[in-house]
Amino acid sequence: MAGWIFVVSLVLALVAVYRPFGDYMYRVVTGTRSSVAERGIYRLVGVNPAAEQTWGVYARSVLAFSAVSVLFLYLLLRVQDKLWLSLGLPAVTDHIAWNTAVSFVTNTNWQAYSGESTMGHLAQMAGLAVQNFVSAGIGIAVAVALIRGFAARRSGTLGNFWVDLTRITLRILLPVCALAALILMVGGVVQNLSGGTDVTTLTGATQHLTGGPVASQEAVKLLGTNGGGFYNTNSAHPFENPTTWTNWFQIFLIFLIPFSLPRVFGRMVGQNRQGYAIVAVMGILAIASVALTVGFEVHGGGTVPQAVGAAMEGKDVRFGVPDSAAFAAATTLTSTGAVNSFHDSFTPFGGMMPIVNMMLGEVAPGGVGSGLYGLLILAVITVFVAGLMVGRTPEYLGKKIGAREMKLASLYFLVTPTLVLAGTAAAFATGNNSTALNVGPHGLSEVLYAFTSAANNNGSAFGGITVNTPWWDTALGLAMLLGRFLPIVLVLALAGSLARQRATPESEGTLPTHQPLFVGMVVGVTVVLVALTFLPALALGPIAEGLS
Amino acid sequence: MRLPSWLSQHLAALRALLVLTILLGLAYPLLLVAVGRIPGLSDKANGSLVAHGSVLIGQAFTDADGNPVPRYFQSRPSAAGDGYDPTATSASNLGPNSVVDTLADNPDDASQSLLTQVCARSLAVGTLEGVSGARPFCTADGVGAVLAVFHRDGFTGPITRVVSVNQTGTPFVATYDGVTVEPATIGDDYQALGGIITPIRGDAPSHPAVPADAVTASASGLDPHISPAYAALQVPRIARERGLSQDAVRKLVHDNTTDRALGFLGEPAVNVLKLNLALDGLAPNGPAANGPAANGLAPNGLAPNGLTADGPAANGLTADGLTAGGQK
Repeated sequence: MAGWIFVVSLVLALVAVYRPFGDYMYRVVTGTRSSVAERGIYRLVGVNPAAEQTWGVYARSVLAFSAVSVLFLYLLLRVQDKLWLSLGLPAVTDHIAWNTAVSFVTNTNWQAYSGESTMGHLAQMAGLAVQNFVSAGIGIAVAVALIRGFAARRSGTLGNFWVDLTRITLRILLPVCALAALILMVGGVVQNLSGGTDVTTLTGATQHLTGGPVASQEAVKLLGTNGGGFYNTNSAHPFENPTTWTNWFQIFLIFLIPFSLPRVFGRMVGQNRQGYAIVAVMGILAIASVALTVGFEVHGGGTVPQAVGAAMEGKDVRFGVPDSAAFAAATTLTSTGAVNSFHDSFTPFGGMMPIVNMMLGEVAPGGVGSGLYGLLILAVITVFVAGLMVGRTPEYLGKKIGAREMKLASLYFLVTPTLVLAGTAAAFATGNNSTALNVGPHGLSEVLYAFTSAANNNGSAFGGITVNTPWWDTALGLAMLLGRFLPIVLVLALAGSLARQRATPESEGTLPTHQPLFVGMVVGVTVVLVALTFLPALALGPIAEGLS
Repeated sequence: MRLPSWLSQHLAALRALLVLTILLGLAYPLLLVAVGRIPGLSDKANGSLVAHGSVLIGQAFTDADGNPVPRYFQSRPSAAGDGYDPTATSASNLGPNSVVDTLADNPDDASQSLLTQVCARSLAVGTLEGVSGARPFCTADGVGAVLAVFHRDGFTGPITRVVSVNQTGTPFVATYDGVTVEPATIGDDYQALGGIITPIRGDAPSHPAVPADAVTASASGLDPHISPAYAALQVPRIARERGLSQDAVRKLVHDNTTDRALGFLGEPAVNVLKLNLALDGLAPNGPAANGPAANGLAPNGLAPNGLTADGPAANGLTADGLTAGGQK
């Protein structure tokens, strides 16, 4: 019962902030006045904030910034042993450094390393946490660029990437993170530069208590739907998530931006009800998924949970089963991938839900920005399918969905399934699935989970699979890179194509896209597309295990 | 001089990254570190340290050999390093149907399935606390009760052979469907040989005496808490070892229990380190420190036996059970 109240209280809190926080973000991304700090940054970077970019220039700016970021982070990790606050840890090995650099730049935060034994404090703060901010900023910027495409009237331009990145980072991410970090510190999350303390336990053993600037990184890890934990056990670690209420707060932070961005969408296209329709789709899928995950986990299944009497393996006592399951759903419905319990030890169907959530393409509500643009692509596909049914030219928000738009939307949808299924097949074909801890259907689930997580930029791990080998680091790194930037380029191309169109006035044949019928259709299209794509793979993995 | 546009774009990107790194990667975290020095906040920012550890970080209350120290409340099993090692935090990551052990002569090559770990811990805790350690799907000697069933035609046809896959000694059941159950042979993979892995429920109660958190490894490997049920199970032993009344110990447990925050967040939990520190504060030099019970460091020496229900019978299992129940 308490578990259900937990979920309901989160829903209520998100409903309460939807309008005020969404309106605030709207003012940030549409504002034109620069602060002193922003003008300073524009001058240092050497950009003209008034210059509008076409989709090609916008995309090249995103790619250039990300390429520089990968390189910078890779170098930082490779030389960390020579820098301040390295805690005596050695340089990160080449394949782990490559994997980690890609992982954090793509907002995936897949971790092929254990934080407390690999990363010094400087690498965490100035390397990883910076990418937590800017990769989240890029996601929001791309989503805003797509909305500008819908809202534009033959201008053909999408705004300025450097301005978007700066404003989103400075005015949304940084202040909310600072406040959230402070709240987490009150809860007991540590924030220091200590290399750790040796203590003598009550029974005379020695325990090395770790330190670190955890709260500052924890806040952005969740708010930016990044998910890379400071420590190996992520949000299960008591220094990252010490209490039952910090656990609630962490889930709230995960959902805050993704669930509020539809408000920005509604306001930018001039019809708030369009935002409500989009957030309704997200909400329906999210609530269904959370309810299923919590229900499966609480009601057991699988031999070991039945022997134990509860699915408590890989869960901490203070969170218990329902709140751990709710966190697992939240982290995979978004692109976060932080964990407060270990999905590998979930009941068979409970453990299937995180995979299904990620396979949904992370649109309910998805990662910051990426969830919104992913769902808008699905809305475009839905409009097209509906148009075919009634035989009219499909339109969405006054823009015609023609052959070019549909090609881009379809390609977008195909990117991640291709990466997931081809990657899983490649792992088995090359024998690299042998690093999985479990055999049989569960072994397949572990491999499938790894590629699903990487290609969808989630970063959560089923665990139970050794991924710090050169093959896995390289393969998953490629999956993350392509799974992030191919869709971004396609979204921006779509945005550019829409921005060049003039608005078509509504006619009687226009499908209203703010009514329950349309909401239901988008939900249906999402579920059907995902089911058709992934059901065979799921049947061989978690479903086979759950039914055996 | 005018640079090619691709180059100037990357230079702009580099400048942007450097500016943002200084702001977000240095100024922001260091400012918060400074805020963390404010009195009132500094204890928390430094890890909520107390004597002998941190109240947030669990620890093992075991002796050098990994056996429980009976005068202390025991923590949950942990998969962090050798147990409660903050430099190697981890969960077990074993799946819900991990039921087949790898048997080997050399202990380094052997590995226990999650089911066997659960069964062994249940038996060990039951023995330590003087209650039944029986659980569904567990044998009386504390391994997973799992058979490999061979049919004539693969999945169908009459049963031709049955092996108890986790036991090399006498199987937990003599026959299955009329076929004599054989013990396992080290080195054989019965699943690969075509046997259908069949866990056997047995007749253990579905609510075992040993609670769920006592037989499972936590997510963090540093879980500072146990459930109120597991604390209650340990009260009689602690009272006996310390020469305290059970009511006095129960009051300490109550004082160190956090209920659900606001009535619905998380689960009620007992902080084990705080509880044990309070115990030491209450009876620092009680019988525990110098009485015969302190010898109980060797698991369940003779002292407690007179008081527990299952005397000598339990002792036969003690040594094995407790070792298996250590932090795997």
